[in-house]
Amino acid sequence: MPEFREKVDVCVVGAGHAGCEAALAAARLGLETVIFTVSVDSIAMMPCNPHIGGSSKGHLVREIDALGGEMGKNIDRTFLQSKMLNVSKGPAVHSLRCQADKQEYSRTMRLKMEMQDHLTIKQGEVVQILTEEVKGKKTVTGVKIFTGGIYECRAVILCTGTYLNARCLCGEAITYTGPNGLMPSNHFSKSLEEIGIALRRFKTGTPARMDKRSIDFSKMTPQLGDEKVIPFSYSTNPREIQKEQEPCYLTYTNEETHQIIRENLDRSPLFAGVIEGTGPRYCPSIEDKVVKFAEKNRHQVFIEPESKYSNEMYVDGMSSSLPEDVQLAMYRTVPGLEHCKIVRNAYAIEYDCIAPGQLKLTLEFQHISGLYSAGQFNGSSGYEEAAAQGLIAGINASMKLQGKPEIILDRSQAYIGVLIDDLVTKESPEPYRMMTSRAEYRLLLRQDNADLRLREIGYQVGLISEEEHDAFLRKKELISSEIQRLKETIIGGAKDVQEFLISRESTPLRTGTTLADLICRPELSYEEVAPLDDKRPANIPDDVIEQINIAVKYEGYIERQNRQVEQFKKLETKLIPEDLDYMNIQNLRIEARQKLALHKPVSIGQASRISGVSPADISVLLIYLEKYRRQ
Amino acid sequence: MDHATIAGIATALSESGISIIRVSGEDAISYVDQIFSSKRGIRLTDVASHTIHYGTIIDRNMMLDEVLVSVMRAPRTYTTEDVVEINCHGGPLITQKILKLLISLGVQIAEPGEFTKRAFLGGRIDLSEAEAVMDLISAKNDFALKNSAAQLSGAVYRKIKAFREKILYQMAYIESALDDPENYDLTGFPDQLHDLLETLSAELSLFIESADHGKILKDGISTCILGKPNAGKSSFLNTLVGCDKAIVTDIAGTTRDALEETIQMGNFSLHLIDTAGIRDTEDVIEQMGVEKATAFAKDADLIIYMVDSSVPLDESDRQIISLIGKTPCIVLLNKSDLSQAVSKEEIASLLPIPSSQILPFSTVASFTSEQKELSIDACIAQLKELIDEMFFSGKLSSYNDEVVITNLRQKNHLLNAAKSINLVQESIAQGLSEDFYSIDLMNAYAELGFIIGEEVEDDLVNEIFSKFCMGK
Repeated sequence: MPEFREKVDVCVVGAGHAGCEAALAAARLGLETVIFTVSVDSIAMMPCNPHIGGSSKGHLVREIDALGGEMGKNIDRTFLQSKMLNVSKGPAVHSLRCQADKQEYSRTMRLKMEMQDHLTIKQGEVVQILTEEVKGKKTVTGVKIFTGGIYECRAVILCTGTYLNARCLCGEAITYTGPNGLMPSNHFSKSLEEIGIALRRFKTGTPARMDKRSIDFSKMTPQLGDEKVIPFSYSTNPREIQKEQEPCYLTYTNEETHQIIRENLDRSPLFAGVIEGTGPRYCPSIEDKVVKFAEKNRHQVFIEPESKYSNEMYVDGMSSSLPEDVQLAMYRTVPGLEHCKIVRNAYAIEYDCIAPGQLKLTLEFQHISGLYSAGQFNGSSGYEEAAAQGLIAGINASMKLQGKPEIILDRSQAYIGVLIDDLVTKESPEPYRMMTSRAEYRLLLRQDNADLRLREIGYQVGLISEEEHDAFLRKKELISSEIQRLKETIIGGAKDVQEFLISRESTPLRTGTTLADLICRPELSYEEVAPLDDKRPANIPDDVIEQINIAVKYEGYIERQNRQVEQFKKLETKLIPEDLDYMNIQNLRIEARQKLALHKPVSIGQASRISGVSPADISVLLIYLEKYRRQ
Repeated sequence: MDHATIAGIATALSESGISIIRVSGEDAISYVDQIFSSKRGIRLTDVASHTIHYGTIIDRNMMLDEVLVSVMRAPRTYTTEDVVEINCHGGPLITQKILKLLISLGVQIAEPGEFTKRAFLGGRIDLSEAEAVMDLISAKNDFALKNSAAQLSGAVYRKIKAFREKILYQMAYIESALDDPENYDLTGFPDQLHDLLETLSAELSLFIESADHGKILKDGISTCILGKPNAGKSSFLNTLVGCDKAIVTDIAGTTRDALEETIQMGNFSLHLIDTAGIRDTEDVIEQMGVEKATAFAKDADLIIYMVDSSVPLDESDRQIISLIGKTPCIVLLNKSDLSQAVSKEEIASLLPIPSSQILPFSTVASFTSEQKELSIDACIAQLKELIDEMFFSGKLSSYNDEVVITNLRQKNHLLNAAKSINLVQESIAQGLSEDFYSIDLMNAYAELGFIIGEEVEDDLVNEIFSKFCMGK
């Protein structure tokens, strides 16, 4: 086979949402980077749903943005509809969700990559990771592509998504392709196993796309976006993205739909046992829903636009691997879809991925220096989860090559920290999806304060510009000085004050109080008490007001979480040497020894989260470490 | 595992001598200070390190014990943390009470080997002991876990499991609605949750009270019958027991030695000790009996003081009254059918007990119907009610004999769970949105899990996926 050699710093394998963030981060940090994709036309493709964000995923996008990633900026450029979810709930669970224009999203991201210095896009299938033993440890030296070329490099980031040995199922029709009929990667898995990487098989699925003209929207309830659009990115000017939005539509399945599904279950690969991979429980196919939740006589179905440049509509809530004829029959029982024409069938896809216990929290493989991985390859699901990991892998590969400390966000700092810690430390039996309930400190990890939590880290890494950083520092300063002022401003029980309070249905004052205390009242807010606040600076931005209200109103809860975090940090900062030989710690139970040896936790805190490691094991480990330290 | 302040009894629990409660951690001194009182008004938070102070331990204005308290500040202490050691004199029961008091303030009960572990981690113990410490921890924790789980009856286990399932479902409902707001609605949810938690709270408090009463329910109430010779103690005991165990004669001092009997009274048992009558005596054998009576009285949970109300109180009665001190006491005014030389009021003025704890009766009056309320049977029925009131806050009938928590560690977790549920109720009352409930619901869930040895793991996520159908 012909062979040519190129020399770069970083190779990124795959140009989905993880690969794009990883490649952009590495290139922006000055490293010569090449990103491989089986099809340049599928860069940043959204092969499943057309949303970015949603509950907890919106948090991830904000965090990616705060650290200097691209996803937030890109969706701000390309959304069709935007909605803040859970606004009637507490600030911790507010979540931004956009309907994306899939084609524009992909195109603008591709352009961003094409224009990025130090970044080259290369169409081709990577088939082998090249390694050498350096100081007794397997170390990455390059990658080999199918056509024979070799790219020498010092770090590789694997973001292969659902392409490895991919198999798509639609009833009896089985095709060996990646998503959307794209070319799969059939040669890579074997070579990964050869360098000691353990693989497993997951499954996911997607619903049909329909011709817009065949849908009767009059039988459905329109779902509109927010009047005032809030951007994802802290760098986007809200005024510049207000625009006319596209509606989505809500309809429901019914007993007739369920009947058709039940009658054809034997033809479903899922129930016929043809599917080998483990699917996600949170994203069940419609046949799964009908079987598992038999008591429900209807399920929601959202009809959503895919792109301005296409007539296709996405049928959210009805993913399936049933055969084409059954799909058509079942979709046509849904009000508004009676005469629907299917452009693309629903299908299930199976793919190879890894058990992420093989990784460090930096997303580097424990046993191969310079090899990182991110996204669905790590056993997660979702565009946002992938992008978050891609960004961290890209940053850490760069930090390593530049001899700087790598970044590990902990569970009290970011959803990204929770995501990676869960992936690496716990053993998720299914494709992992982010949820707010997974974050034990979610009152602190809000989507509104991702910049306050992470901007500084992004700046230190080198992905946040001076201009963005200055804006951040001004915002931070304004928040703290305003809160300070509110806590020090005393309000007496003068007549106009009492009248004001009565007019707002708030209890009149008995003694003097501070403005901050007034803002604490459920019926009042920073904006509401403006008439009592004659020293208020002019033009306080909305995002600053939001921070003030939250900090003042929920102070008690936030303090409680802060105390929990303090406890948590004590264990997180007790570090464990990487070369500790767990198998020889006699007092640990065997199961604990094996689990610890597998995960090689960096801290006592991480060790304590590994399932099968008991509090008594942790005590033993603490004492062993102390003994080890003294020797 | 965390750096909470911990407490434990550092000496073997034995009937005699002094026991020491050791408290260690950042807030050790201020916790003990909250329950310590000294005549000179010493605050432990102000005293110098490595000093000893005399005072009393106070529980809600009641003195529990006279103690010596050593205050040792970090780092020159056993654990290298702030350490307070309380030298108690009041016997095992009082020592337990003081420990419980500390726990109710928020001190955590020490895990097996935890003081030693902290000592080692603080650098106090020699390296050669490390292995021993690790052995101790792995062995003792194993034992403690098995032991405490084994202490739970099937009924308690099932109840706690049921509590947890209810809490888990509520959390999963909230989380599903937050995750998929277009599919699950929380309208009216806070009210429902409030009602459910109210019921849960009530059941939990029953458990917690049962923990206070558990030991006494299990071991019985150690009861000492005191009274002058011939006050009628033995006749009363015989009726209770239903056989002639004590020798009853008209000659004062017939009961020469202590007689013990355990009788079952409905849900609880009385551990009765009948003693020789107390009076100044020259008789050596009887003298020994009197000394024993005095010793038993000191350790008793309850004293039944039998008074012959037909003769005035004398020096022996005063001796008995001083012996009773603050021990829970019921006074039986025997021979109330005869002309009265001692009144309820007189007794009430001498002992710190309400007049409801003074029961007139007569060992001989059961024959005439007009004096039926003075009969022994009526007296025993009243006695039973009184004991329920005094020892079980009138809750006795609500315990079936299985639903009882006897382990202090388990009680500690119950208290924490109840506290968390209260916090949820507060959040509901303040009109906070549902996402605020989860922190405290999760805490309650975890605490209840400790009792039955179950961890939290991925329970919530599993519950969400198995009970709720997630949409968009």
